[in-house]
Amino acid sequence: MKEIVVISGKGGTGKTSITASFAHIAGEEIIVADCDVDAADMHLLMGPDFGQSEDFYSGELAYIDQDACIKCGKCQEVCRFDAIPIIDGQYIVDPLECEGCGYCARICPTEAITNSEQNVGKWLLSGIRTGASMVHARLNIGAENSGKLVAKVKNEAKAIAEEKNKRAVLVDGSPGIGCPVVSSLSGAAFTVLVTEPTVSGLHDLKRVYTLVKKFGIKAGCIINKADLNETVLGDTKIFLSEEDIVLLAEIPYNDKFTEAMTNGKTVVEWDTELGKIVSGSWEKIKEIVKL
Amino acid sequence: MKIAIASGKGGTGKTTLSTNLASYIAESRDCVLADLDVEEPNSGLFIKGELIHVEDKFKMIPEWNRETCELCGNCQKVCNFNAVLKMGKMIMVFPELCHGCYACSELCPTGSLPMKFKKMGELKSYRTGNLHFIESRLIIGEEQAVPLIKQTIDYVNENFDMEMIKIYDSPPGTSCPVIEATKDADLVILVTEPTPFGLHDLKLAVETVKQLGKPFVVVINRHGIGNDGVERYCKEDDIEIIARVPNDRLIAETYARGDLLYPVIPSVKEAVKVISGYIESFKRGEK
Ligand code: SF4
Ligand code: SF4
Ligand code: SF4
Ligand code: SF4
Repeated sequence: MKEIVVISGKGGTGKTSITASFAHIAGEEIIVADCDVDAADMHLLMGPDFGQSEDFYSGELAYIDQDACIKCGKCQEVCRFDAIPIIDGQYIVDPLECEGCGYCARICPTEAITNSEQNVGKWLLSGIRTGASMVHARLNIGAENSGKLVAKVKNEAKAIAEEKNKRAVLVDGSPGIGCPVVSSLSGAAFTVLVTEPTVSGLHDLKRVYTLVKKFGIKAGCIINKADLNETVLGDTKIFLSEEDIVLLAEIPYNDKFTEAMTNGKTVVEWDTELGKIVSGSWEKIKEIVKL
Repeated sequence: MKIAIASGKGGTGKTTLSTNLASYIAESRDCVLADLDVEEPNSGLFIKGELIHVEDKFKMIPEWNRETCELCGNCQKVCNFNAVLKMGKMIMVFPELCHGCYACSELCPTGSLPMKFKKMGELKSYRTGNLHFIESRLIIGEEQAVPLIKQTIDYVNENFDMEMIKIYDSPPGTSCPVIEATKDADLVILVTEPTPFGLHDLKLAVETVKQLGKPFVVVINRHGIGNDGVERYCKEDDIEIIARVPNDRLIAETYARGDLLYPVIPSVKEAVKVISGYIESFKRGEK
Protein backbone atom coordinates (compact mmCIF):
# COMPACT_ATOMS: atom_id res chain seq x y z
CA MET A 1 0.00 0.00 0.00
CA LYS A 2 1.43 3.32 -1.08
CA GLU A 3 0.72 6.91 -0.18
CA ILE A 4 0.65 9.53 -2.90
CA VAL A 5 0.54 13.05 -1.48
CA VAL A 6 -0.42 16.11 -3.52
CA ILE A 7 0.85 19.42 -2.15
CA SER A 8 1.39 22.91 -3.47
CA GLY A 9 3.07 25.12 -0.91
CA LYS A 10 0.43 27.77 -1.35
CA GLY A 11 -3.21 27.45 -2.35
CA GLY A 12 -4.83 28.55 -5.57
CA THR A 13 -2.73 26.41 -7.87
CA GLY A 14 -5.50 23.91 -8.54
CA LYS A 15 -4.18 21.27 -6.15
CA THR A 16 -7.58 20.11 -4.95
CA SER A 17 -9.10 20.06 -8.45
CA ILE A 18 -6.22 17.90 -9.63
CA THR A 19 -6.36 15.56 -6.64
CA ALA A 20 -10.12 15.17 -7.14
CA SER A 21 -9.49 14.33 -10.79
CA PHE A 22 -7.03 11.61 -9.81
CA ALA A 23 -9.60 10.27 -7.38
CA HIS A 24 -12.14 10.20 -10.18
CA ILE A 25 -9.85 8.31 -12.55
CA ALA A 26 -8.65 5.84 -9.94
CA GLY A 27 -12.20 5.10 -8.75
CA GLU A 28 -12.42 2.20 -6.34
CA GLU A 29 -8.72 1.35 -6.66
CA ILE A 30 -7.78 3.78 -3.95
CA ILE A 31 -8.76 5.40 -0.65
CA VAL A 32 -8.94 9.19 -0.63
CA ALA A 33 -7.71 11.30 2.29
CA ASP A 34 -8.28 15.05 2.51
CA CYS A 35 -5.53 16.29 4.82
CA ASP A 36 -6.11 19.95 4.04
CA VAL A 37 -8.18 20.03 7.22
CA ASP A 38 -7.94 23.78 7.70
CA ALA A 39 -9.68 24.56 4.38
CA ALA A 40 -11.13 21.23 3.39
CA ASP A 41 -12.74 21.66 -0.03
CA MET A 42 -12.35 18.34 -1.74
CA HIS A 43 -15.67 16.99 -0.51
CA LEU A 44 -17.39 19.64 -2.64
CA LEU A 45 -16.32 17.69 -5.72
CA MET A 46 -16.61 14.15 -4.39
CA GLY A 47 -20.22 13.88 -3.29
CA PRO A 48 -19.52 12.32 0.13
CA ASP A 49 -22.34 10.67 2.11
CA PHE A 50 -20.86 11.78 5.49
CA GLY A 51 -21.50 8.20 6.62
CA GLN A 52 -19.57 8.23 9.87
CA SER A 53 -18.13 10.98 11.96
CA GLU A 54 -16.24 11.12 15.20
CA ASP A 55 -15.10 14.00 17.42
CA PHE A 56 -11.40 14.51 17.67
CA TYR A 57 -9.65 15.61 20.82
CA SER A 58 -6.15 16.90 21.04
CA GLY A 59 -4.27 19.22 23.31
CA GLU A 60 -5.40 20.60 26.63
CA LEU A 61 -7.01 23.71 27.98
CA ALA A 62 -6.66 24.98 31.52
CA TYR A 63 -9.69 25.90 33.63
CA ILE A 64 -9.69 27.67 37.00
CA ASP A 65 -12.26 26.75 39.64
CA GLN A 66 -13.00 30.13 41.23
CA ASP A 67 -14.25 28.57 44.47
CA ALA A 68 -10.90 26.90 45.07
CA CYS A 69 -8.74 29.80 43.91
CA ILE A 70 -7.05 31.86 46.65
CA LYS A 71 -5.82 34.48 44.15
CA CYS A 72 -2.13 33.98 44.84
CA GLY A 73 -1.27 34.87 41.26
CA LYS A 74 1.28 32.08 40.82
CA CYS A 75 -0.40 30.70 37.71
CA GLN A 76 -0.25 34.06 35.98
CA GLU A 77 3.39 34.37 36.91
CA VAL A 78 4.46 31.08 35.33
CA CYS A 79 2.27 31.21 32.22
CA ARG A 80 4.54 32.12 29.32
CA PHE A 81 1.61 32.68 26.97
CA ASP A 82 -0.11 35.53 28.85
CA ALA A 83 -3.17 33.31 28.97
CA ILE A 84 -4.33 34.15 32.50
CA PRO A 85 -5.59 37.75 32.69
CA ILE A 86 -7.40 39.13 35.73
CA ILE A 87 -10.99 39.89 34.80
CA ASP A 88 -13.21 41.50 37.44
CA GLY A 89 -10.76 40.49 40.13
CA GLN A 90 -10.68 36.85 39.06
CA TYR A 91 -7.91 34.85 37.42
CA ILE A 92 -9.45 33.53 34.20
CA VAL A 93 -7.92 31.40 31.44
CA ASP A 94 -8.22 32.89 27.96
CA PRO A 95 -8.98 29.85 25.78
CA LEU A 96 -7.61 31.52 22.64
CA GLU A 97 -4.22 32.09 24.26
CA CYS A 98 -3.83 28.94 26.39
CA GLU A 99 -1.31 26.52 24.88
CA GLY A 100 -2.34 23.72 27.20
CA CYS A 101 1.15 23.28 28.62
CA GLY A 102 -0.24 22.37 32.03
CA TYR A 103 2.38 24.34 33.93
CA CYS A 104 -0.14 26.45 35.89
CA ALA A 105 -2.01 23.38 37.15
CA ARG A 106 1.22 21.83 38.39
CA ILE A 107 2.12 24.77 40.62
CA CYS A 108 -1.29 25.94 41.84
CA PRO A 109 -1.16 25.58 45.66
CA THR A 110 -4.87 24.75 45.98
CA GLU A 111 -5.24 22.54 42.91
CA ALA A 112 -7.82 24.95 41.56
CA ILE A 113 -6.72 24.36 37.98
CA THR A 114 -7.76 21.41 35.87
CA ASN A 115 -6.83 20.60 32.32
CA SER A 116 -9.33 19.14 29.95
CA GLU A 117 -8.81 17.67 26.54
CA GLN A 118 -10.02 19.92 23.77
CA ASN A 119 -12.39 19.02 21.01
CA VAL A 120 -10.53 20.43 18.01
CA GLY A 121 -12.81 19.14 15.31
CA LYS A 122 -14.04 15.92 13.83
CA TRP A 123 -13.02 13.41 11.25
CA LEU A 124 -15.39 11.73 8.84
CA LEU A 125 -15.55 8.58 6.78
CA SER A 126 -17.64 8.85 3.64
CA GLY A 127 -18.54 6.82 0.64
CA ILE A 128 -18.03 9.07 -2.40
CA ARG A 129 -19.53 9.09 -5.86
CA THR A 130 -16.51 7.34 -7.43
CA GLY A 131 -17.34 4.27 -5.34
CA ALA A 132 -14.30 4.76 -3.15
CA SER A 133 -14.10 5.67 0.53
CA MET A 134 -12.83 9.04 1.64
CA VAL A 135 -11.53 10.14 5.02
CA HIS A 136 -11.82 13.85 5.64
CA ALA A 137 -12.03 16.23 8.57
CA ARG A 138 -13.13 19.55 9.84
CA LEU A 139 -10.96 21.54 12.20
CA ASN A 140 -12.84 23.83 14.56
CA ILE A 141 -12.46 27.56 14.08
CA GLY A 142 -9.39 28.83 15.87
CA ALA A 143 -8.27 25.36 16.91
CA GLU A 144 -4.63 24.52 16.81
CA ASN A 145 -3.76 22.64 13.65
CA SER A 146 -0.99 20.71 15.31
CA GLY A 147 -0.86 18.09 12.61
CA LYS A 148 -2.53 15.55 14.87
CA LEU A 149 -5.85 15.68 13.05
CA VAL A 150 -3.98 15.41 9.77
CA ALA A 151 -2.16 12.35 11.09
CA LYS A 152 -5.47 10.88 12.23
CA VAL A 153 -7.06 11.31 8.80
CA LYS A 154 -4.08 9.68 7.15
CA ASN A 155 -3.87 6.80 9.57
CA GLU A 156 -7.58 6.04 9.26
CA ALA A 157 -7.26 6.10 5.48
CA LYS A 158 -4.27 3.77 5.64
CA ALA A 159 -6.05 1.34 7.93
CA ILE A 160 -9.05 1.19 5.59
CA ALA A 161 -6.80 0.75 2.57
CA GLU A 162 -5.13 -2.18 4.23
CA GLU A 163 -8.37 -3.72 5.37
CA LYS A 164 -9.93 -3.43 1.93
CA ASN A 165 -6.77 -4.42 0.14
CA LYS A 166 -6.45 -1.19 -1.79
CA ARG A 167 -3.16 -0.39 -3.42
CA ALA A 168 -2.90 3.29 -2.60
CA VAL A 169 -4.03 6.21 -0.48
CA LEU A 170 -4.37 9.45 -2.38
CA VAL A 171 -3.78 12.43 -0.09
CA ASP A 172 -4.77 16.04 -0.64
CA GLY A 173 -2.02 17.60 1.46
CA SER A 174 -1.96 20.65 3.69
CA PRO A 175 -0.49 24.03 2.72
CA GLY A 176 2.49 25.76 4.30
CA ILE A 177 5.68 24.28 5.71
CA GLY A 178 4.56 23.75 9.34
CA CYS A 179 3.22 20.82 11.38
CA PRO A 180 0.22 19.96 9.16
CA VAL A 181 2.23 19.52 5.99
CA VAL A 182 4.93 17.62 7.87
CA SER A 183 2.20 15.22 9.02
CA SER A 184 0.80 15.01 5.48
CA LEU A 185 4.18 14.08 4.04
CA SER A 186 5.45 11.57 6.55
CA GLY A 187 5.45 8.08 5.11
CA ALA A 188 4.65 9.15 1.55
CA ALA A 189 5.90 7.07 -1.36
CA PHE A 190 5.55 9.91 -3.83
CA THR A 191 4.76 13.62 -3.72
CA VAL A 192 3.00 15.49 -6.48
CA LEU A 193 3.88 19.19 -6.39
CA VAL A 194 1.31 21.40 -8.06
CA THR A 195 2.67 24.78 -9.10
CA GLU A 196 2.13 27.64 -11.53
CA PRO A 197 4.75 29.61 -13.46
CA THR A 198 4.52 32.81 -11.45
CA VAL A 199 7.30 34.42 -9.47
CA SER A 200 5.54 33.54 -6.23
CA GLY A 201 4.57 30.06 -7.44
CA LEU A 202 8.20 29.19 -8.11
CA HIS A 203 9.26 30.70 -4.78
CA ASP A 204 6.72 28.54 -2.90
CA LEU A 205 7.65 25.46 -4.89
CA LYS A 206 11.30 25.79 -3.92
CA ARG A 207 10.45 26.40 -0.29
CA VAL A 208 8.12 23.43 0.08
CA TYR A 209 10.44 21.18 -1.92
CA THR A 210 13.18 21.80 0.66
CA LEU A 211 10.87 20.06 3.10
CA VAL A 212 10.07 17.19 0.71
CA LYS A 213 13.77 16.71 0.14
CA LYS A 214 14.42 16.58 3.89
CA PHE A 215 12.09 13.59 4.03
CA GLY A 216 13.82 12.03 1.03
CA ILE A 217 10.53 11.55 -0.84
CA LYS A 218 10.55 11.19 -4.61
CA ALA A 219 8.61 13.97 -6.31
CA GLY A 220 6.87 14.87 -9.53
CA CYS A 221 5.49 18.21 -10.60
CA ILE A 222 2.40 19.43 -12.42
CA ILE A 223 2.65 22.94 -13.82
CA ASN A 224 -0.80 24.48 -13.98
CA LYS A 225 -1.51 27.62 -16.07
CA ALA A 226 1.75 26.70 -17.81
CA ASP A 227 1.43 29.34 -20.55
CA LEU A 228 1.10 32.31 -18.16
CA ASN A 229 4.75 33.27 -18.28
CA GLU A 230 7.40 31.75 -20.50
CA THR A 231 10.39 32.98 -18.52
CA VAL A 232 9.18 31.65 -15.18
CA LEU A 233 8.08 28.42 -16.89
CA GLY A 234 11.65 28.04 -18.14
CA ASP A 235 13.06 28.73 -14.67
CA THR A 236 10.65 26.25 -13.12
CA LYS A 237 11.73 23.53 -15.56
CA ILE A 238 15.39 24.23 -14.86
CA PHE A 239 14.71 23.86 -11.15
CA LEU A 240 12.86 20.57 -11.73
CA SER A 241 15.66 19.07 -13.76
CA GLU A 242 18.32 20.23 -11.28
CA GLU A 243 16.44 18.59 -8.44
CA ASP A 244 15.54 15.49 -10.41
CA ILE A 245 11.81 16.12 -10.08
CA VAL A 246 9.73 14.44 -12.79
CA LEU A 247 7.69 16.86 -14.90
CA LEU A 248 4.31 15.12 -14.94
CA ALA A 249 2.23 17.58 -16.94
CA GLU A 250 1.85 21.11 -18.18
CA ILE A 251 -1.75 22.32 -18.08
CA PRO A 252 -2.58 25.46 -20.06
CA TYR A 253 -4.34 28.47 -18.50
CA ASN A 254 -8.02 27.73 -18.98
CA ASP A 255 -11.15 29.04 -17.28
CA LYS A 256 -12.71 25.58 -17.83
CA PHE A 257 -10.72 24.54 -14.77
CA THR A 258 -12.78 26.82 -12.56
CA GLU A 259 -15.92 26.10 -14.57
CA ALA A 260 -15.67 22.40 -13.70
CA MET A 261 -15.36 23.21 -9.99
CA THR A 262 -18.28 25.64 -10.17
CA ASN A 263 -20.40 22.79 -11.48
CA GLY A 264 -19.23 20.41 -8.77
CA LYS A 265 -17.29 18.30 -11.26
CA THR A 266 -13.69 17.25 -11.56
CA VAL A 267 -11.68 18.52 -14.52
CA VAL A 268 -11.54 15.09 -16.14
CA GLU A 269 -15.32 14.92 -16.24
CA TRP A 270 -15.76 18.43 -17.55
CA ASP A 271 -13.29 18.98 -20.35
CA THR A 272 -11.84 16.32 -22.66
CA GLU A 273 -8.68 18.18 -23.50
CA LEU A 274 -7.72 19.17 -19.96
CA GLY A 275 -8.91 15.75 -18.85
CA LYS A 276 -6.45 14.04 -21.19
CA ILE A 277 -3.53 15.97 -19.73
CA VAL A 278 -4.52 15.22 -16.15
CA SER A 279 -5.10 11.50 -16.89
CA GLY A 280 -1.73 11.40 -18.57
CA SER A 281 -0.04 12.62 -15.43
CA TRP A 282 -1.90 10.04 -13.30
CA GLU A 283 -0.68 7.27 -15.63
CA LYS A 284 2.88 8.53 -15.16
CA ILE A 285 2.50 8.54 -11.39
CA LYS A 286 1.18 4.98 -11.44
CA GLU A 287 4.16 3.92 -13.46
CA ILE A 288 6.63 5.61 -11.13
CA VAL A 289 5.20 4.23 -7.90
CA LYS A 290 4.42 0.89 -9.60
CA LEU A 291 0.74 0.82 -8.75
CA MET B 1 -5.01 51.56 12.41
CA LYS B 2 -4.49 47.91 11.55
CA ILE B 3 -6.09 46.20 8.59
CA ALA B 4 -5.75 42.44 8.27
CA ILE B 5 -6.17 40.99 4.78
CA ALA B 6 -7.27 37.39 5.20
CA SER B 7 -9.01 34.50 3.47
CA GLY B 8 -10.14 31.01 4.37
CA LYS B 9 -7.65 29.45 1.99
CA GLY B 10 -4.54 30.44 0.11
CA GLY B 11 -4.39 31.58 -3.47
CA THR B 12 -7.42 33.88 -3.46
CA GLY B 13 -5.33 37.01 -4.01
CA LYS B 14 -4.53 38.03 -0.45
CA THR B 15 -0.94 38.93 -1.17
CA THR B 16 -1.89 40.67 -4.41
CA LEU B 17 -4.39 42.86 -2.61
CA SER B 18 -2.05 43.56 0.32
CA THR B 19 0.90 44.62 -1.81
CA ASN B 20 -1.12 46.70 -4.25
CA LEU B 21 -3.18 48.38 -1.56
CA ALA B 22 -0.16 49.22 0.61
CA SER B 23 1.82 50.55 -2.35
CA TYR B 24 -1.12 52.65 -3.48
CA ILE B 25 -1.68 54.13 -0.01
CA ALA B 26 2.05 54.83 0.28
CA GLU B 27 1.85 57.09 -2.76
CA SER B 28 0.27 59.71 -0.54
CA ARG B 29 1.25 58.88 3.06
CA ASP B 30 3.22 56.56 5.34
CA CYS B 31 2.02 52.98 5.34
CA VAL B 32 3.26 49.73 6.86
CA LEU B 33 2.90 46.38 5.14
CA ALA B 34 3.65 43.33 7.30
CA ASP B 35 3.79 39.87 5.75
CA LEU B 36 2.52 37.60 8.52
CA ASP B 37 2.29 34.52 6.34
CA VAL B 38 5.59 33.46 7.86
CA GLU B 39 5.43 29.94 6.46
CA GLU B 40 5.19 31.19 2.89
CA PRO B 41 5.98 34.91 2.83
CA ASN B 42 5.45 36.22 -0.68
CA SER B 43 4.79 39.94 -0.43
CA GLY B 44 8.49 40.66 -0.74
CA LEU B 45 8.45 39.37 -4.30
CA PHE B 46 6.30 42.34 -5.29
CA ILE B 47 7.85 45.05 -3.12
CA LYS B 48 11.34 46.15 -4.03
CA GLY B 49 12.70 48.29 -1.24
CA GLU B 50 15.93 49.09 0.49
CA LEU B 51 16.79 46.67 3.29
CA ILE B 52 17.21 48.70 6.44
CA HIS B 53 17.06 46.18 9.25
CA VAL B 54 17.49 42.43 9.81
CA GLU B 55 17.12 40.55 13.05
CA ASP B 56 17.06 36.91 14.03
CA LYS B 57 13.98 35.76 15.88
CA PHE B 58 14.28 33.20 18.63
CA LYS B 59 12.26 30.83 20.67
CA MET B 60 13.34 29.43 24.01
CA ILE B 61 14.07 25.75 24.46
CA PRO B 62 15.64 23.81 27.32
CA GLU B 63 19.18 22.50 27.10
CA TRP B 64 20.20 19.52 29.17
CA ASN B 65 23.15 19.69 31.54
CA ARG B 66 24.25 16.11 32.14
CA GLU B 67 26.74 17.11 34.87
CA THR B 68 24.08 18.16 37.36
CA CYS B 69 21.11 16.00 36.28
CA GLU B 70 20.00 13.35 38.74
CA LEU B 71 17.86 11.52 36.21
CA CYS B 72 14.72 11.87 38.32
CA GLY B 73 12.55 11.96 35.19
CA ASN B 74 10.42 14.86 36.38
CA CYS B 75 11.02 16.84 33.16
CA GLN B 76 9.49 14.12 31.02
CA LYS B 77 6.53 13.93 33.36
CA VAL B 78 5.71 17.64 33.21
CA CYS B 79 6.07 18.16 29.46
CA ASN B 80 2.65 18.07 27.79
CA PHE B 81 4.16 17.97 24.30
CA ASN B 82 6.49 14.97 24.55
CA ALA B 83 9.35 17.31 23.81
CA VAL B 84 11.63 15.96 26.51
CA LEU B 85 12.23 12.28 27.01
CA LYS B 86 14.33 10.26 29.40
CA MET B 87 16.06 7.50 27.54
CA GLY B 88 18.25 5.39 29.75
CA LYS B 89 20.84 7.74 31.20
CA MET B 90 20.07 10.48 28.70
CA ILE B 91 17.58 13.33 28.61
CA MET B 92 16.65 14.19 25.04
CA VAL B 93 15.04 17.47 24.02
CA PHE B 94 13.13 17.68 20.72
CA PRO B 95 13.28 21.36 19.77
CA GLU B 96 10.59 21.19 17.02
CA LEU B 97 8.06 19.85 19.52
CA CYS B 98 8.90 22.26 22.34
CA HIS B 99 6.43 25.09 22.96
CA GLY B 100 8.78 26.93 25.29
CA CYS B 101 6.53 26.76 28.35
CA TYR B 102 9.47 26.60 30.82
CA ALA B 103 7.77 23.90 32.94
CA CYS B 104 10.55 21.31 32.67
CA SER B 105 13.20 23.95 33.18
CA GLU B 106 11.75 25.62 36.23
CA LEU B 107 10.45 22.44 37.84
CA CYS B 108 13.73 20.58 37.51
CA PRO B 109 14.97 20.05 41.08
CA THR B 110 18.61 20.51 40.08
CA GLY B 111 18.27 23.28 37.52
CA SER B 112 19.67 21.03 34.81
CA LEU B 113 17.50 22.30 31.97
CA PRO B 114 18.30 25.99 31.52
CA MET B 115 16.36 27.68 28.71
CA LYS B 116 18.45 28.72 25.72
CA PHE B 117 17.74 30.77 22.62
CA LYS B 118 17.05 28.89 19.41
CA LYS B 119 16.67 30.71 16.10
CA MET B 120 13.26 30.07 14.51
CA GLY B 121 13.26 32.71 11.80
CA GLU B 122 14.32 36.06 10.53
CA LEU B 123 12.64 39.44 10.40
CA LYS B 124 13.56 41.95 7.72
CA SER B 125 12.47 45.52 7.37
CA TYR B 126 12.55 47.37 4.05
CA ARG B 127 11.72 50.88 3.00
CA THR B 128 10.68 52.32 -0.32
CA GLY B 129 9.33 55.86 -0.33
CA ASN B 130 6.55 56.03 2.26
CA LEU B 131 6.19 52.27 2.42
CA HIS B 132 7.65 50.35 5.34
CA PHE B 133 7.69 46.66 4.56
CA ILE B 134 8.25 44.06 7.28
CA GLU B 135 8.68 40.41 6.46
CA SER B 136 9.29 37.42 8.71
CA ARG B 137 10.32 34.03 7.48
CA LEU B 138 10.10 30.79 9.44
CA ILE B 139 13.08 28.46 9.11
CA ILE B 140 12.13 25.34 7.16
CA GLY B 141 11.67 22.50 9.63
CA GLU B 142 10.31 24.79 12.36
CA GLU B 143 6.74 23.67 12.86
CA GLN B 144 5.15 26.51 14.82
CA ALA B 145 4.32 29.74 13.06
CA VAL B 146 2.42 31.46 15.87
CA PRO B 147 5.38 32.63 18.02
CA LEU B 148 7.02 34.26 15.01
CA ILE B 149 3.77 35.97 13.96
CA LYS B 150 3.43 37.30 17.50
CA GLN B 151 6.96 38.68 17.53
CA THR B 152 6.47 40.29 14.14
CA ILE B 153 3.33 42.10 15.29
CA ASP B 154 5.20 43.23 18.40
CA TYR B 155 7.95 44.63 16.20
CA VAL B 156 5.42 46.58 14.12
CA ASN B 157 3.70 47.95 17.25
CA GLU B 158 6.99 49.01 18.80
CA ASN B 159 8.42 50.69 15.73
CA PHE B 160 5.54 52.47 14.08
CA ASP B 161 3.09 55.13 15.09
CA MET B 162 -0.37 53.96 16.23
CA GLU B 163 -2.12 56.19 13.71
CA MET B 164 -0.26 54.92 10.67
CA ILE B 165 -2.17 52.57 8.38
CA LYS B 166 -0.80 49.06 8.75
CA ILE B 167 -1.70 46.30 6.35
CA TYR B 168 -1.26 42.73 7.59
CA ASP B 169 -0.96 40.06 4.93
CA SER B 170 -2.35 37.20 7.05
CA PRO B 171 -1.68 33.48 6.76
CA PRO B 172 -4.42 31.37 5.15
CA GLY B 173 -6.83 29.13 7.01
CA THR B 174 -8.96 29.40 10.13
CA SER B 175 -6.65 27.98 12.79
CA CYS B 176 -4.16 29.52 15.23
CA PRO B 177 -1.89 31.38 12.80
CA VAL B 178 -4.69 33.43 11.26
CA ILE B 179 -6.23 34.13 14.67
CA GLU B 180 -2.88 35.43 15.86
CA ALA B 181 -2.59 37.67 12.81
CA THR B 182 -6.12 39.09 12.91
CA LYS B 183 -6.97 39.38 16.60
CA ASP B 184 -5.00 42.60 16.86
CA ALA B 185 -6.63 44.21 13.79
CA ASP B 186 -9.19 47.01 13.72
CA LEU B 187 -10.71 45.84 10.46
CA VAL B 188 -10.49 42.58 8.53
CA ILE B 189 -10.79 42.45 4.76
CA LEU B 190 -11.68 38.96 3.53
CA VAL B 191 -10.63 38.15 0.00
CA THR B 192 -12.53 35.47 -1.85
CA GLU B 193 -13.32 34.05 -5.25
CA PRO B 194 -16.87 33.68 -6.56
CA THR B 195 -16.66 29.87 -6.76
CA PRO B 196 -17.97 27.03 -4.58
CA PHE B 197 -14.51 26.61 -3.00
CA GLY B 198 -14.33 30.35 -2.46
CA LEU B 199 -17.77 30.43 -0.87
CA HIS B 200 -17.08 27.45 1.39
CA ASP B 201 -13.85 28.99 2.65
CA LEU B 202 -15.38 32.45 2.97
CA LYS B 203 -18.05 31.09 5.29
CA LEU B 204 -15.36 29.59 7.54
CA ALA B 205 -13.40 32.85 7.47
CA VAL B 206 -16.53 34.80 8.39
CA GLU B 207 -17.13 32.47 11.34
CA THR B 208 -13.55 33.04 12.44
CA VAL B 209 -13.68 36.85 12.40
CA LYS B 210 -17.11 36.81 14.00
CA GLN B 211 -15.71 34.74 16.83
CA LEU B 212 -13.00 37.37 17.27
CA GLY B 213 -15.67 40.06 17.17
CA LYS B 214 -13.93 42.01 14.42
CA PRO B 215 -15.62 44.24 11.89
CA PHE B 216 -15.08 42.82 8.43
CA VAL B 217 -15.86 43.40 4.77
CA VAL B 218 -15.36 41.34 1.62
CA VAL B 219 -13.42 41.88 -1.60
CA ILE B 220 -14.21 39.56 -4.50
CA ASN B 221 -11.31 38.58 -6.67
CA ARG B 222 -11.62 37.09 -10.18
CA HIS B 223 -15.10 38.56 -10.40
CA GLY B 224 -17.01 37.19 -13.40
CA ILE B 225 -15.77 33.61 -13.10
CA GLY B 226 -17.72 30.95 -11.24
CA ASN B 227 -21.25 31.76 -10.08
CA ASP B 228 -23.22 34.20 -7.92
CA GLY B 229 -23.07 32.08 -4.74
CA VAL B 230 -20.77 34.47 -2.89
CA GLU B 231 -22.84 37.53 -3.86
CA ARG B 232 -26.04 35.83 -2.67
CA TYR B 233 -24.49 34.70 0.60
CA CYS B 234 -23.15 38.19 1.36
CA LYS B 235 -26.49 39.75 0.58
CA GLU B 236 -28.41 37.32 2.78
CA ASP B 237 -25.99 37.71 5.67
CA ASP B 238 -25.73 41.45 5.28
CA ILE B 239 -22.01 41.41 4.57
CA GLU B 240 -20.66 44.38 2.67
CA ILE B 241 -18.71 43.70 -0.53
CA ILE B 242 -16.53 46.78 -0.94
CA ALA B 243 -14.81 45.94 -4.23
CA ARG B 244 -14.71 43.47 -7.09
CA VAL B 245 -11.55 42.78 -9.09
CA PRO B 246 -12.39 41.29 -12.49
CA ASN B 247 -11.17 37.91 -13.78
CA ASP B 248 -8.64 38.91 -16.39
CA ARG B 249 -5.80 36.98 -17.96
CA LEU B 250 -3.74 40.17 -18.12
CA ILE B 251 -3.91 40.38 -14.32
CA ALA B 252 -2.69 36.79 -14.03
CA GLU B 253 0.17 37.51 -16.43
CA THR B 254 1.24 40.67 -14.62
CA TYR B 255 1.11 38.83 -11.31
CA ALA B 256 3.13 35.99 -12.83
CA ARG B 257 5.96 38.41 -13.59
CA GLY B 258 5.98 39.58 -9.98
CA ASP B 259 4.83 43.09 -10.88
CA LEU B 260 2.36 45.30 -9.05
CA LEU B 261 -0.98 45.41 -10.83
CA TYR B 262 -2.53 48.79 -10.15
CA PRO B 263 0.05 50.90 -12.05
CA VAL B 264 -0.79 49.07 -15.30
CA ILE B 265 -4.32 47.74 -14.90
CA PRO B 266 -7.06 50.39 -14.54
CA SER B 267 -9.66 48.03 -13.01
CA VAL B 268 -7.25 47.14 -10.20
CA LYS B 269 -6.36 50.77 -9.63
CA GLU B 270 -10.04 51.57 -9.31
CA ALA B 271 -10.47 48.74 -6.80
CA VAL B 272 -7.54 49.74 -4.54
CA LYS B 273 -8.74 53.34 -4.68
CA VAL B 274 -12.17 52.29 -3.45
CA ILE B 275 -10.72 50.07 -0.73
CA SER B 276 -8.32 52.74 0.46
CA GLY B 277 -11.25 55.20 0.51
CA TYR B 278 -13.19 52.73 2.62
CA ILE B 279 -10.28 52.43 5.07
CA GLU B 280 -10.09 56.22 5.32
CA SER B 281 -13.75 56.57 6.19
CA PHE B 282 -13.53 53.62 8.58
CA LYS B 283 -10.65 55.41 10.27
CA ARG B 284 -12.70 58.57 10.60
CA GLY B 285 -15.39 56.47 12.24
CA GLU B 286 -17.91 56.88 9.44
CA LYS B 287 -18.33 53.14 8.86
S1 SF4 C 1 -2.24 29.54 41.18
FE1 SF4 C 1 -4.20 28.62 41.76
S2 SF4 C 1 -4.77 29.65 43.64
FE2 SF4 C 1 -3.17 30.88 42.72
S3 SF4 C 1 -4.26 32.40 41.50
FE3 SF4 C 1 -3.83 30.71 40.14
S4 SF4 C 1 -5.62 29.40 40.26
FE4 SF4 C 1 -5.73 30.79 42.00
S1 SF4 D 1 -1.95 25.56 30.61
FE1 SF4 D 1 -0.07 26.70 30.17
S2 SF4 D 1 -0.70 28.18 28.63
FE2 SF4 D 1 -2.58 27.42 29.56
S3 SF4 D 1 -2.99 28.89 31.16
FE3 SF4 D 1 -1.82 27.25 32.09
S4 SF4 D 1 0.29 27.91 31.97
FE4 SF4 D 1 -0.86 29.22 30.58
S1 SF4 E 1 14.02 17.03 35.94
FE1 SF4 E 1 16.13 17.79 35.95
S2 SF4 E 1 17.20 16.36 37.27
FE2 SF4 E 1 15.26 15.39 36.76
S3 SF4 E 1 15.76 14.15 34.96
FE3 SF4 E 1 15.02 16.10 34.19
S4 SF4 E 1 16.88 17.29 33.93
FE4 SF4 E 1 17.45 15.60 35.22
S1 SF4 F 1 9.78 23.99 27.80
FE1 SF4 F 1 7.74 23.07 28.02
S2 SF4 F 1 7.33 22.27 25.99
FE2 SF4 F 1 9.50 22.68 26.05
S3 SF4 F 1 10.37 20.74 26.66
FE3 SF4 F 1 10.07 21.92 28.51
S4 SF4 F 1 8.08 21.28 29.28
FE4 SF4 F 1 8.20 20.61 27.16
